[in-house]
Amino acid sequence: MRYVRSSGIAFGIVCGGLLLCAATWLVAGLAGDGATASRARLVHDLQLTDLALFTEARYTRHPSQADLHSAFQNHPTALDHFPSGSLRAPPDFRTLRHEPVD
Amino acid sequence: MNRWIERQRCLVDFTVSSLLRRRGKNLGLILVYTAIVFVLASVMLFGQALRREAAAVLSHAPEIVVQRMVAGRHDTIPTAYLDSIRAIRGVVQAEARLWGYYFDPGLSANYTLMVPTDRVVEPGTATIGHAIARLRDARAGTPLFLLSERGKMHKFTVAATLEPDSELVAADLMLVAERDFRSMFAIPADAVTDITVSVRNPREVGTIATKISRALPDVRVITRGDILRTYEAAFNWREGMVLVLMVGAVLAFLILAWDKASGLSAEERREIGILKAVGWETSDVIRQKLWEGALISLTAFLFGYALAYLHVFGFDAALFEPALKGWAVLYPRFGLRPSVDAFQVGTLMVLTVLPYILATVVPVWRAATIDPDMAMR
Amino acid sequence: MIRLNDVTKVFNQGRHNEHRAVAGVTLDIEDGRVTVLRGPSGSGKTTLLTLIGCLARPTSGRVRLDGRDISSLPERFLTEIRRSTFGFVFQRFNLIHGVSVLENVMLPAYPLGGDHGALRRRALALLARLGLNGKSDARAEWLSGGEAQRVAIARALINDPRVIIADEPTANLDTALSRAFLDIVGELKAEGRTLILTSHDPRVCEAPVVDRVVTMRDGELVRDLVEA
Repeated sequence: MRYVRSSGIAFGIVCGGLLLCAATWLVAGLAGDGATASRARLVHDLQLTDLALFTEARYTRHPSQADLHSAFQNHPTALDHFPSGSLRAPPDFRTLRHEPVD
Repeated sequence: MNRWIERQRCLVDFTVSSLLRRRGKNLGLILVYTAIVFVLASVMLFGQALRREAAAVLSHAPEIVVQRMVAGRHDTIPTAYLDSIRAIRGVVQAEARLWGYYFDPGLSANYTLMVPTDRVVEPGTATIGHAIARLRDARAGTPLFLLSERGKMHKFTVAATLEPDSELVAADLMLVAERDFRSMFAIPADAVTDITVSVRNPREVGTIATKISRALPDVRVITRGDILRTYEAAFNWREGMVLVLMVGAVLAFLILAWDKASGLSAEERREIGILKAVGWETSDVIRQKLWEGALISLTAFLFGYALAYLHVFGFDAALFEPALKGWAVLYPRFGLRPSVDAFQVGTLMVLTVLPYILATVVPVWRAATIDPDMAMR
Repeated sequence: MIRLNDVTKVFNQGRHNEHRAVAGVTLDIEDGRVTVLRGPSGSGKTTLLTLIGCLARPTSGRVRLDGRDISSLPERFLTEIRRSTFGFVFQRFNLIHGVSVLENVMLPAYPLGGDHGALRRRALALLARLGLNGKSDARAEWLSGGEAQRVAIARALINDPRVIIADEPTANLDTALSRAFLDIVGELKAEGRTLILTSHDPRVCEAPVVDRVVTMRDGELVRDLVEA
């Protein structure tokens, strides 16, 4: 039986990992845009405003349309019912401003 | 050069033998380390892909959306407002939108009912989103029964299903005819849910938004920029659940590294003494430790990252589903496009690989410089 | 030829537990001979051994190897010389636990980065010569005392050194194994190597193969017996 050095095996494993990661890079580079394009088309045609991520409640389903006090709709100090509250930051009020009136 | 390579190979031979001594412990170490990288990389890849998708897809959202507020709540908007908006200079088009939520008590699911402006839906039929089709096992011809607020039962026959790819934006959509919508929700003919506006010059959006809110004092104006900003911060690592996950992973990692960094045992010191006594230089000892740290951390990082990639893009981030789904019944298939941000990968690598290597090498530094004659004693 | 000139070694110099292990030793060690350093424990013979074999540097005095002063060399050169000139057999053998016998023997040659296949063959040949065929894959801690010592000797020989240094080699061995050890000493001497041993065991000091016995007490040379 041919003698295999343990360093060969170790380097082999690391190289295997490197190849896997290189493969992910390749796949990412070759990935088609088709799905994104079809979604974009649908958004345009139906005039949609949000991703359908959180369908639990009204104000989680359309976060961009929710008014500023929707989070307090049930009670001013009510905690988030839904996990979506912790996954989505409230809008940054500093940048919500439109052009100043006048 | 060859000598140098052979020398490193010999050091790695010894490193592997050394690690194999505590086979179970070191295997467990690599597994835990890989798991930590897996979690961190999954969150990073998922969040980044989702944000990218949102930016790409929602850049086709309406330029301006006009909502009416009554007592701080979103209420229907009179169709008469359309004329006021169309009168503003710079406005190319103002369209009414009819949409609303329907709660299906049988399945505890929320649907978004909508009247499309780009296609004709026959009254009594509906085009449903793919997730609804999955949930109710519905296809063309299946009847769906919805109960209106007035207590009247409406029957919709499924005309078509939206493509599976569209789930991320249209999972819970139900496209119905205007007549059916108004009947379901008792909305009179002169009111609509909101109004979308397109402008001639994109740079004028802000100005026109201001004009609209001035012309119609009881409305709230949302621009496309606002919509995009909402999703820019989604799954931000600084927030809520993601932050907890990251902190947990970082802590686990620190505990891992602490075990290494907290100094050498007497046995380890003795071994360094022996190695030096038989002819290893200080630099050889340190280099060997470097290889040990590098082998473990690189293996864990590479495999953890590759697994995370597979998890997020191959399995649709299935492990996150329980957390993301929450109380929802309808949950979209993301189908995110694989993307890799070199900067983020690099940051993750520096944050996980480097500290571990340092934690392995630094304690050895002092011990490696002791005089080898200690081995004689 | 190894020459020591007024060599002194002080530990913990300047502190309250200062200890002079070797005091003003002047000694010539001839090539190709077996020299034994004899003395009770604490006499400084082990320390002297470390000074001869480049494991430590003297506090004062000079150590010369073939006329070259090695006591003031920087660590890298010292290690280089130690690796190629000296082979050590420690009293407690000091094998690395958990690692195979074969790897233990090859360890001193790893930093040289030479042909790995040739190194492996050389190590196996040494083990065979010392009667350790079939033990090459055994873990070091499974060996008996005699076997462990022979592995230690094989390790000491892997770089083909001119000088073999052994500290109390028969301390943990019975009579039969001690005799076997002295046979090996004879073989190595016949190959032209220099051997330096420390021992207070009369079996070693009075063995015919030993050329010279140097007695030490309290860090100093006491008597110099030369046996023909």
